[in-house]
Amino acid sequence: MFDSITLGQYYQTDSALHRLDPRVKLVGTFAYLIALFVVDSWVGYLLAALFLAAMIKLSNVPFRYIVRGMKTILFLLVITVCFNLFLTPGEVIWQFGFLKMSKEGLSFAIKMALRLSLLILGSSIMTLTTTPTQLTDALESLMRPLKKVHVPVHEISMMMSIALRFIPILMEETDKIMKAQIARGADFESKNLIKKIKSLVPLLVPLFISAFRRANDLAMAMEARCYRGGEGRTKMKPLVYKGRDRAAYGVLLLYFAACIATRVIF
Amino acid sequence: MSMIKIQKLIHDYIKRDDEGNVAGTVRAISGVDLDVQPGQFIAVLGHNGSGKSTLAKHLNALLFPTEGTVWVDGMDTKDSAHLWEIRREAGMVFQNPDNQIIAQVVEEDVGFGPENIGVPTEEIWKRVEESLAAVGMLEHRKKSPNRLSGGQKQRVSIAGVIAMEPKCIILDEPTAMLDPNGRKEVIKAAMKLNREKGITVILITHYMEEAIDADRIFVMDQGEVAMQGTPREIFSQVERMKELQLDVPQVTLLAHELRKAGLDLPASILTKEELVDALLGCETGQSTEVAEKQKSTAATEEQKNSAATGEQKSTAANRQVQAGEEAGHGNQG
Repeated sequence: MFDSITLGQYYQTDSALHRLDPRVKLVGTFAYLIALFVVDSWVGYLLAALFLAAMIKLSNVPFRYIVRGMKTILFLLVITVCFNLFLTPGEVIWQFGFLKMSKEGLSFAIKMALRLSLLILGSSIMTLTTTPTQLTDALESLMRPLKKVHVPVHEISMMMSIALRFIPILMEETDKIMKAQIARGADFESKNLIKKIKSLVPLLVPLFISAFRRANDLAMAMEARCYRGGEGRTKMKPLVYKGRDRAAYGVLLLYFAACIATRVIF
Repeated sequence: MSMIKIQKLIHDYIKRDDEGNVAGTVRAISGVDLDVQPGQFIAVLGHNGSGKSTLAKHLNALLFPTEGTVWVDGMDTKDSAHLWEIRREAGMVFQNPDNQIIAQVVEEDVGFGPENIGVPTEEIWKRVEESLAAVGMLEHRKKSPNRLSGGQKQRVSIAGVIAMEPKCIILDEPTAMLDPNGRKEVIKAAMKLNREKGITVILITHYMEEAIDADRIFVMDQGEVAMQGTPREIFSQVERMKELQLDVPQVTLLAHELRKAGLDLPASILTKEELVDALLGCETGQSTEVAEKQKSTAATEEQKNSAATGEQKSTAANRQVQAGEEAGHGNQG
């Protein structure tokens, strides 16, 4: 039931991107997203698309697999394009009833669609090549300076990784409870919104109870294995920058500079 | 020195009402004495609510005695200075495999314990590899725990505990949620650790078959140790076990019923092979006189043995057991 969601899922293979330090990928993704809002010209978009294409090639993840993740945002994409297409005032080039398409609208809509697609593809490249554990590790490491102002960095990242670990388990559980309720005549198919919400109550109550019980068990299991917060902990997979990570930072910097250049020149 | 020593342990669960006032207490353990030697394989049996899980949590300092004392490797669990040392030395595996695996990759989960106690990185890798190999899960090291079977998950949990190099592992009904194959896998893994690495294993279970190979069995009932002894001693007392709402292994039960029906079988049959041997012995028509003779020689041998080990067999239950064992020797001999 949840198998079709590729957005934000790790794709296991070996590639240059997979081996890269997760911190580089995290910083890189943010830089890429910011750069997308910096560029405004066709040349800029071409540059961004080319950069992404290169990354996809480097990631060894099949293009089809990446695009499949786009399905989930297709609806959003269509709406955005329509709004931009028909609601931007300017020189009318096509008309059907009250719908007016302007030249500015057309170019704006295409740019918007490009920007959104690149945004999604760019961030899914990161999640496809980085395990959630690496990602939380990277976050913990990048946020470490915040520890000085008493932000519980380690705890936050531990919570995130536990949440990620339990998502599939709780989903399975939801499925199980749902089936049990259906077997006893519960109606989850109703089109009526109020009925639909009402039918969620017998689903959510047992789900929450079980989640709390799991949390309790897990806390005890963690304590039994000597967990006592971030103090005095060592890392099985410590993050260490290597030559290729520094090179990657260099490439990122170059790309970012190029994006700014397109903005200034074109 | 004992690996685990418990003296007059009492544990009360305190019930509180909504305002946090004490509304009553439930006595889960009332006066347990226990002594486990290093390297032993111990099984703790008991029906639901007999206090066996509460007992387990005392051995890992997850619960603290209301009265009495628990020593793990000579350290008092009430002494907070030793808390982490106790938890490292006495590892714990819980019932639900999903609720004790923390990481999303098998090897990372096994590394969780060593990370917590501050083991250097290279050493963690070494330990993770060794522990996974010890439970036969090395080939699954890169997998997500969600893709493993219940038995495999439980073996990962065991690996996670042995990566901390404990002297003792407590398994709290590790097989309760598993299918028969998974059960066998887990018990085999625990057994192997006990035999090959000399780790003390305390297995809490309500599957009698899992307790057959234990060195010693403790049967809990209403917060007390109701029976203790070797598997042969315990399972020969079919009626007493039934009183405690416990089964005996099916083969033992069958032998018991056959004996009641008049067949000349020993009371302490634990395995299929033993039963087959015993039945064949009956069939070949051993004359009762011969059997009697063998019994008496076995009995004297047994007495010699007990004198040598200095074991005191004074309780009524033990005498009964002794009789059963003699009968067993008699028929095998």
